[in-house]
Amino acid sequence: MSEILLEIKDLEVQYLTMDATIRAVNGLSLILNRGETLGVVGETGAGKTTLALSIMQLLPKKIGRIVGGCIEFAGQSLLNASAKAMRSVRGDEIAMIFQDPMTSLNPVMTIGDQIAEMIELHSTDKNKKEISVKVDELLEVVGIPATRKAEYPHQFSGGMRQRVVIAIALACNPTLLIADEPTTALDVTIQAQVLEMMEDLKTRLNTSMLLITHDLGVVAAMCDSVAVMYAGRIIEYGTVEQIFDSPRHPYTIGLLNAIPNLENKSHRLIPIEGLMPNPALLPIGCSFHPRCKKCMEICRRQNPINFDDAGHRVACHLYFSNTEDT
Amino acid sequence: MENIILELRNLKKYFPTPHGVLHAVDDISLSINRGQTLGLVGESGCGKSTIGRTILRLIEPTSGEIYFEGQNITDIPKSQFKSMRKHMQFIFQDPYSSINPRLTVSQSIAEPLIVNKLASSKSELNELVLHYMEMVGLDSRLASAYPHELDGGRRQRIGIARALSVEPKFIICDEPVSALDVSIQAQILNLVQDLQEQLNLTYIFVTHNLSVVKHISNEIAVMYLGQLVEKCQAEELFERPMHPYTRALLSAILLPSPKSRNKKREILRGEITSPINPTPGCRFAKRCNYATAACVGESYELRDMGGDHMTSCIRVISGELKWD
Repeated sequence: MSEILLEIKDLEVQYLTMDATIRAVNGLSLILNRGETLGVVGETGAGKTTLALSIMQLLPKKIGRIVGGCIEFAGQSLLNASAKAMRSVRGDEIAMIFQDPMTSLNPVMTIGDQIAEMIELHSTDKNKKEISVKVDELLEVVGIPATRKAEYPHQFSGGMRQRVVIAIALACNPTLLIADEPTTALDVTIQAQVLEMMEDLKTRLNTSMLLITHDLGVVAAMCDSVAVMYAGRIIEYGTVEQIFDSPRHPYTIGLLNAIPNLENKSHRLIPIEGLMPNPALLPIGCSFHPRCKKCMEICRRQNPINFDDAGHRVACHLYFSNTEDT
Repeated sequence: MENIILELRNLKKYFPTPHGVLHAVDDISLSINRGQTLGLVGESGCGKSTIGRTILRLIEPTSGEIYFEGQNITDIPKSQFKSMRKHMQFIFQDPYSSINPRLTVSQSIAEPLIVNKLASSKSELNELVLHYMEMVGLDSRLASAYPHELDGGRRQRIGIARALSVEPKFIICDEPVSALDVSIQAQILNLVQDLQEQLNLTYIFVTHNLSVVKHISNEIAVMYLGQLVEKCQAEELFERPMHPYTRALLSAILLPSPKSRNKKREILRGEITSPINPTPGCRFAKRCNYATAACVGESYELRDMGGDHMTSCIRVISGELKWD
């Protein structure tokens, strides 16, 4: 069996606001193996980014808190780690690429200095010259000429900025890379360039990756396995082939039907009726039941557990034929 | 021709900048038939939104002519142009910033009706507002809700209702679904198509999403740095793309199917070049995997390659470059 790198069990995350408790993540469990790319798909508000921030322990202080479950990285619990230990995990072990390269870079620092900063903080034994050599190397790796390292973020295009962000993330050879919508802000041809580079780097450096996106096309192109999120839970998990070729959960099927298909022209799309539930007022039972066309009586009462078939897991009552009578 | 509702002839829009002249829209000619949808595709900065805004004269064209129902609307004085806008409307990209947050849903939809004096009494106005709300699928109980209480899809429906309320013949949809989630995107695309059938509307549908544009358009025009590089029927574009840029765009689409992973992708070099003071010649040449010396120096125009399939690639036109 392959080695487990990241294991999350029954994670629950809440945000406390003045008037409500927002349940962003509700009993989420997932496993990421070493060297694997796991895609986390879901729509706005599904809890994808909250998941990433929980792993990194970067939830907004006071408002966001983890109320249950555990996160283990390489056998060690991240939830019990001290702030100091977490600081060395971040960057060294787990690095993150954020969605918007325009806002995740410091506008008043040259890109060379921003990459160097990362190396200085994490490998204190390196002298200035070694750091500078490493910066040149990293820029080379992401396809930016080293001669541009004295330039500022505004002098670069969106695609180039995202390359800088990737260079920073890779600076300390992390074991796990969390990429939160890394190409959403980019044009298609630039997206193709960046994805190709990420794929190439991943194989070369043997990095594991958690790829968070709402774009099913990106997932199909990049990932080994897929977790579909809805209202803070993973409702379906499997290999890319299992998810795209034989989706099981009505939500996953609905998502795939809602995308205009390039191959066969159908006149009408089949949208999923209704909206994502308000995370402050989650429905009782399965959180998808108000939008589900196959909703049964039990769905309104009981939250489904996972139905497991050769690693293809789906949280839906439809697959427990016996439970309908109970 | 009688059936043509909108025609652009050599439309240009240049913006002066401190570094030179920015050619946002450079010599574009095209026409749209009544009841049809023209998809306008291209990457950020290629001038697709500028075309839309220039047609409605939200910005004034530098040169060229715009004909609407056979009438040249380029030199109508601004003061009189307001009445033309009743026939031509705009649906904006971002439903979060294009709607006044301080007006309720019904006030927002009533605004264009009041401005254009389309209701003779208060009760008629209310009736019309409810009529358009129903048309776009907004529940009447939302009439007094404010935009912040609604999700992106419903907000976009307000934008659509506002555009429809003056009974236009022609609507420019500028990326109307790109800010929305896929399940909501499908609802809005269906609505836009249903309305076209019901009201015989003509659309220019501006987008960067090729799957969406194929789904919704009859004809597609591909833009690169202010110019058209290819134009043909929607199906034809996907079956027989001619311009190297179109081919690269199509190859960059990621299909939601793991089988497409083995497909050979054509990756473009470099990034979009600057539209400021462009040099003559094919503007795509610097990134093109097939460019030769002949592509630089002289400017080329769209040529019909048969069956209304137009391309501007000189190597394709000359027959030098063939795809299998």
